Amino acid sequence: MSLSSKHLLGLYGVPKEDIQLILDTATTFREVLERPIKKVPTLQGKTIVNLFYENSTRTRISFELAQKRLSADTINFSTSTSSTKKGETFKDTVRNIEAMKVDMIVVRHQSAGVPQYLTKISKANIINAGDGLHEHPTQGLLDMYSIRERLGKLEGLKVCIVGDVAHSRVALSNIFGLKTMGAQVTVCSPSTMIPIGIEALGVKVIHNINEAIANNDVLNVLRIQLERNAGVRIPSLREYHQYFGVTTERIEKFNRDILILHPGPINRGVELSSEVADGPYQVILDQVTNGVAIRMAVLYLLGTMH
Amino acid sequence: MDIKAKIIDEQGLVRTITRLAHEIVEKNKGSKNIVLIGMRTRGEFLAERIKAKISEIENFEPSFGILDVTLYRDDFRTRLKQPEISVTNITFDVNEKDIILIDDVLYTGRTVRAALDAVMDLGRPNTIQLCVLVDRGHRELPIKADFVGKNIPTSINEEVRVRLKEIDGEDAVYLVNAPK
Repeated sequence: MSLSSKHLLGLYGVPKEDIQLILDTATTFREVLERPIKKVPTLQGKTIVNLFYENSTRTRISFELAQKRLSADTINFSTSTSSTKKGETFKDTVRNIEAMKVDMIVVRHQSAGVPQYLTKISKANIINAGDGLHEHPTQGLLDMYSIRERLGKLEGLKVCIVGDVAHSRVALSNIFGLKTMGAQVTVCSPSTMIPIGIEALGVKVIHNINEAIANNDVLNVLRIQLERNAGVRIPSLREYHQYFGVTTERIEKFNRDILILHPGPINRGVELSSEVADGPYQVILDQVTNGVAIRMAVLYLLGTMH
Repeated sequence: MDIKAKIIDEQGLVRTITRLAHEIVEKNKGSKNIVLIGMRTRGEFLAERIKAKISEIENFEPSFGILDVTLYRDDFRTRLKQPEISVTNITFDVNEKDIILIDDVLYTGRTVRAALDAVMDLGRPNTIQLCVLVDRGHRELPIKADFVGKNIPTSINEEVRVRLKEIDGEDAVYLVNAPK
């Protein structure tokens, strides 16, 4: 079995078998992460560039660790310390990096479509680590893995995405992936944070957090992204918390079996109360561990393809 | 399957496993410090049978684990098909233990080389010993088995197929012509 594409640009249109294969492969790497020596020689001799045009802690560290644990050679590139500052174009930067013979490129960029463009100017395997408001496929995969790990399946589950759906690449990757795997997806947030026409993707729209908690198996709670100007779409953070915040009281009143996911970083007291963020309903840190396993699986499957 | 000969039948397999279990216990002066590690896929079932036999002889059940060596293979770049990987399941500490690595057929020795690396990543065992059901020769690496069920001289155009009830529905070992 191998994947049907040599790149991972998004979860849109990725067949069910491919997602299944990535999730199953990640189980193997999850075991490797529990060993005293958390390293296997599988990608020895492969060179991977992490091309990060946008800030990131979690995703970059997670990719880097995944690469090191597969014994690949890695180079990190971030805009603040590079020649982009001197005015070099994106295309030239990539061409130059590729001339140094790299096998895979992991890219994060503020513009949607950059990973897709990279496939046209480079021969390397391209992995999207987040492009603009488009997709963040490895996050979608690790969310699905974390849900499957806890609830044993994805098919038939009810998953609700709460928060700024309009400005979230995590939301889109989750919607595409979960729909493919047969889950029912709902989005819940103020109307200002829901893109017009999102129903076309096959999701239900609601505006009541109590209803979201009561009627779903999983809540994937997104971060209110102040850096993306979320402040103009809600009157205040306090009001958002009052109407859409996930709190222990709400969970205990409406659904004690709910599973809470959050892609991090958390705004405590905004989308999640501190108590929920540390409480028994969430799997936030498991998501981070699973993220390394998922990225190892993706790198392995793409890196050993013929 | 183009069968040339049946090398071991059901009863023969029972006898061979009984002998291997006795040899392992004899060489290790008991079963207290040994652990059995079966290599996926058929080594896993052989290891389980040897474990049952040792428990019978010694009245003590040795630890048992399953090893998947896919991540340690040396042929990722040359094989046409991407190999499927599955999970290694070794839940005990291998430090200071006498490890009996169990596989069905010993051929080039490359899988065993990968297995040695894989076990070393789990800790520092006292010894690692190799037990195989069939040794068919044609080694490409300096590797030798400690316990051998049957030595079968083969030509490069032949293959040894071990079939076990757990997955193949019968217990037998065949010598077959390699598919072209």
